[in-house]
Amino acid sequence: MARMKFLCDADRCIECNACVTACKNEHEVPWGMNRRRVVTINDGKPGERSVSMACMHCTDAPCAAVCPVDCFYTTADAVVLHSKDLCIGCGYCFYACPFGAPQYPKVGNFGSRGKMDKCTFCAGGPEADGSKEEYEKYGANRLAEGKLPLCAEMCSTKSLLAGDGDVIAQIYKERVSRRGYGSGAWGWQTAYREAIAT
Amino acid sequence: MVGILAKLLMQVRFLAGALALAFLITIAAPAAAQQPSSVNPTASAVQERQLLQELNRIQGRVSIPDRKSDVLEQPAGRDWRQWHQVTLRWIGAIAILGTLALLVVFYLARGQVKLERGFSGRKIVRFSAVERFVHWLTATCFLVLAVSGLNVTFGKALLLPLLGPSAFSTWSELAKYSHNFLSFPFTIGVILIFLMWIGSNIPNRTDVEWVKRGGGIIGKDHPPAGHFNAGQKMIYWIVVLGGGASAVTGYLLLFPFYGTEISGMQLAQIVHSVVAVLFIAAMLGHIYIGTIGMEGAFEAMGEGTVDVNWAKEHHPLWLEDELTRTKETQAQAAARPAE
Repeated sequence: MARMKFLCDADRCIECNACVTACKNEHEVPWGMNRRRVVTINDGKPGERSVSMACMHCTDAPCAAVCPVDCFYTTADAVVLHSKDLCIGCGYCFYACPFGAPQYPKVGNFGSRGKMDKCTFCAGGPEADGSKEEYEKYGANRLAEGKLPLCAEMCSTKSLLAGDGDVIAQIYKERVSRRGYGSGAWGWQTAYREAIAT
Repeated sequence: MVGILAKLLMQVRFLAGALALAFLITIAAPAAAQQPSSVNPTASAVQERQLLQELNRIQGRVSIPDRKSDVLEQPAGRDWRQWHQVTLRWIGAIAILGTLALLVVFYLARGQVKLERGFSGRKIVRFSAVERFVHWLTATCFLVLAVSGLNVTFGKALLLPLLGPSAFSTWSELAKYSHNFLSFPFTIGVILIFLMWIGSNIPNRTDVEWVKRGGGIIGKDHPPAGHFNAGQKMIYWIVVLGGGASAVTGYLLLFPFYGTEISGMQLAQIVHSVVAVLFIAAMLGHIYIGTIGMEGAFEAMGEGTVDVNWAKEHHPLWLEDELTRTKETQAQAAARPAE
């Protein structure tokens, strides 16, 4: 089994937000929520850099550890998913997540945040693969169809890579050695406790 | 003839081509040296490691209208996780189970604090109906808040295996809503307690004496006390300050991103949970001494009256004041001519 990961080659990201749009459209993510976003550091200044970020599907995921009702699970592909039937919308995963991935459908007053929503690595949820219930709650299950996450598939500069960690790390390494530079795999140290040696 | 000419022309063309190529290479050579394949167009751009070392968080700008999503990375969540999953559980378990164990040991060693002279049968009013209402309003809210709060930290380990995921989730959601909504009457109760009893809870010289003699908890000593003794004053201030702190931090968590951002909420949760478990531990002591710990004590908050002998033993100064006041009122009434 593969160990699925995201890798954003920040030297290539041009902040076109196609990944954000692709994700919202593919999964019918409601207004006000974004499973993926592009953050630009030093926007408009010299040394500006953009990074596309969503749930990184961490090793030993902090969200799963702090969840008071234990609604998270990790698939055989190491994708971190959760059950919206069990989620009580307490917001604890949001405090623990290093990447701001958990989203809540309501503004959040009086603790009624609603069921948490986050990137599924296009792998759906606990319901039967490709079922209507699964789509309504978690969006499309592309992984079950043998496809990779749409955000990475649609990336115009192929900055965002999604797939087996070893494979995308190898692609990134080759890129870096060919072009001679690379700012590293953003978030990998935090999410997977490892960096790509380049 | 034509053949030879064509051959010559080709040779000239080849030569010219070779020359031109050589010329180009010579010209281009210094440029090529200056522009190796390893030019880094983003060399001046920010680096992840450097940003994390500077602030331990990476923040930027997003084009979606959601300002709170502009934090790219906050590894502090990991420390908060360690706190919530390990440190808090230890603090909570030690504070609460430790207090319970101490109370059991104390009860076995000391037993109930009896009335030395028994019940006199004569009663004196200690708490008015309003005072009792405020006390029980706060107390019932507190119990629900305590149980539903502990469920967030300990429920997963203790209840989930018993109830199963589905039932435990339903219970936890109910607990969460109770926690959120009962916080309002609880806060009102704490504010009323603060205003209602502040007059008799300012520490004074009597308290020093009371504390020096250990409150007479051990042995048969009865250090004098007014309306509230030093121990009760401590409970008062724990309720006012602890209740206040848990209310403020609780509302920060209940209204996410109104007062604080994510790091503020992590801190608020830490303060909220520490105050809460210590609060619960203190209240266990309060409940103990108000029920099985002391004979004749529960009536004070139960019916509002206490036995005169109980007042004599535990709050003699207060009893004196009350009796003087009654006498004065009676004297005033007697002094007024009957009409």
